[in-house]
Amino acid sequence: MTTVDNGVNVQALLDARKALAGAPEAAQFTWRASAKWQNGVHSTTTVRNFFGLGAEQAHKSEAVFDADHPEVFAAEDNGITPIEYLLVGLASCLTAGVASVAQNRGIQLRSVESTVEGQHDIRGILGVDSDVRNGFNDVKVTFKIDADASPQDIEALVAQSQKRSAVFDALTNPTNVTVEVAAA
Amino acid sequence: MANSWRRERWESLRLLTPNWQSRLPGHRYSGPDPDGYMTAGEVVELIDRFAAVSRAPVRTGTNVTSVRAVDGGYHVTTSRGEIRCRTVVVASGACNLPAVPPISQAVPASVEQLTPFDYHSPGKLPDGGVLVVGASATGVQLASELRRSGRRVLLSVGEHVRLPRTYRGRDVLWWMDASGVWDQRYDEVDDLTRARRLPSPQLVGTPERSTLDLNALTASGVELVGRWAAVRDGSALFSGGLRNVFSLADLKMDRLLGTFDEWAKEQGRDAEVDPPERFAPTRVPDSTRLRLDLASGEIRAIVWATGFRPDYRWLDVPVVDAKGHLRHDGGAVDSPGLYALGLPVLRRRRSTFIHGIEDDAREVIAHLAGRLAARG
Ligand SMILES: Cc1cc2nc3c(=O)[nH]c(=O)nc-3n(C[C@H](O)[C@H](O)[C@H](O)COP(=O)(O)OP(=O)(O)OC[C@H]3O[C@@H](n4cnc5c(N)ncnc54)[C@H](O)[C@@H]3O)c2cc1C
Repeated sequence: MTTVDNGVNVQALLDARKALAGAPEAAQFTWRASAKWQNGVHSTTTVRNFFGLGAEQAHKSEAVFDADHPEVFAAEDNGITPIEYLLVGLASCLTAGVASVAQNRGIQLRSVESTVEGQHDIRGILGVDSDVRNGFNDVKVTFKIDADASPQDIEALVAQSQKRSAVFDALTNPTNVTVEVAAA
Repeated sequence: MANSWRRERWESLRLLTPNWQSRLPGHRYSGPDPDGYMTAGEVVELIDRFAAVSRAPVRTGTNVTSVRAVDGGYHVTTSRGEIRCRTVVVASGACNLPAVPPISQAVPASVEQLTPFDYHSPGKLPDGGVLVVGASATGVQLASELRRSGRRVLLSVGEHVRLPRTYRGRDVLWWMDASGVWDQRYDEVDDLTRARRLPSPQLVGTPERSTLDLNALTASGVELVGRWAAVRDGSALFSGGLRNVFSLADLKMDRLLGTFDEWAKEQGRDAEVDPPERFAPTRVPDSTRLRLDLASGEIRAIVWATGFRPDYRWLDVPVVDAKGHLRHDGGAVDSPGLYALGLPVLRRRRSTFIHGIEDDAREVIAHLAGRLAARG
């Protein structure tokens, strides 16, 4: 029997699950991003530090994301639109989930590709029609997976990855959001 | 005696386990309809009969208000006096109180809220639409009977266990029993915490032996919505993840039916039963609504079919975990001389049901007797 290796350290995840079961405080994480307006609708958002396991943590390096609007919106297109970042988050989260669940279930992956489409009626954000919402009306993810597993097992991988996905949950369930202006 | 079956069940309730399975130690069903399902009244008769025949020394109408550990045993305070004993078996049930989520507090007063303990029949609800929350056995049964009474019904669906009533011509619970799924021991189950929390299957016991899955409910006109996540500005907000809870349940059901097929083949029993079958996937509505204005009058009542929990407020021994469950190993509670019976997956998957008591009681009482004998 060859050992399955999708590059996910499942043992570490299982150990963490066990350790954190008795230490809910250590499981509290805060993720942070800081944005800065450039010009027009162009902004850059920087991600580096976060809090977790009871201490300040940092990524190996800082990541900077440009967001803008495309030229069809009469903008300069210095980066993808903010709502496209949601698709990036969803696709990468589900993909990570597929790899982790496959590793845990002993399924060797050869390739995992997906396409995410968000249906968006922009009359909402333009204020054309107050019955149209601002956000997505519908999001569809299509996976193409090549793996040593039956079609049912692959379906089950994708279902389990949604069940444990942070971004899937954040998009499908309401979240309290507070936006305030810091005192000058 | 049989208090929970007398006072805590709705009028139309029948067991979801077939008559031949509703056995108690030394008691087999011998009536004319082994494949039928008992009404709550018939369960009361069964237990009364068992009590009479077994002549167990039951003190009826006696509430236990406190159990404390004392030197060499326990001190029990009841509404009719004190008892000193060396061992105690906690058989107070797993479903003493309806479990209702905190979002219920944000529901406007114009909407009546009921738990399965308050619910008797559709006629007792205010006129108008009903939102049933939870799609396990209780939720699907109540949604179905409310819909049949002519009401508009919404059913909020989270994770659930889908099962057909019959499979290959036999009750699906015959398969659970015969194939050995229900004999799986608590110390062999992969994720015991999860197994003990598993919601009840979407089953109903009716004379027609019909399947009551989400497709049947949709066909009858019940509107399915996602898990109820929050109340905001007077509206209920439902999860948009409905499709995935359908997939999870469909896949799990197919896996289980697959294990039945394998078992029948290996045991050479294929000829006894009909050929293997598979059921249509749960139909996903074209669009599910994510929001319901609770004050609009569209619904007048909410039925919380969100499960039950035990009540151990009388148990003054530190053996209850943060989630309100007893800490025990196959019925031996985490305090010497204290035992439990009648809890989900206590010693095997069968423990969750009435007929699980026979093997569990024998084994737990053997442990208890061994302890008494050892201490002389
Ligand atoms: C809605 C519903 C439907 C069910 N349907 C089925 C089914 O179809 N088939 C099946 O096999 N199983 C079914 N079950 C499960 C079944 O009820 C249990 O397996 C069975 O009742 C367990 O019996 P028990 O005596 O351990 O607990 P219970 O029936 O809960 O009895 C516990 C008793 O202890 C009493 N008690 C609790 N605390 C105290 C105290 N402090 N002092 C004195 N007395 C106390 C209670 O009043 C109650 O009378 C169902 C359960 C529910 C809630």
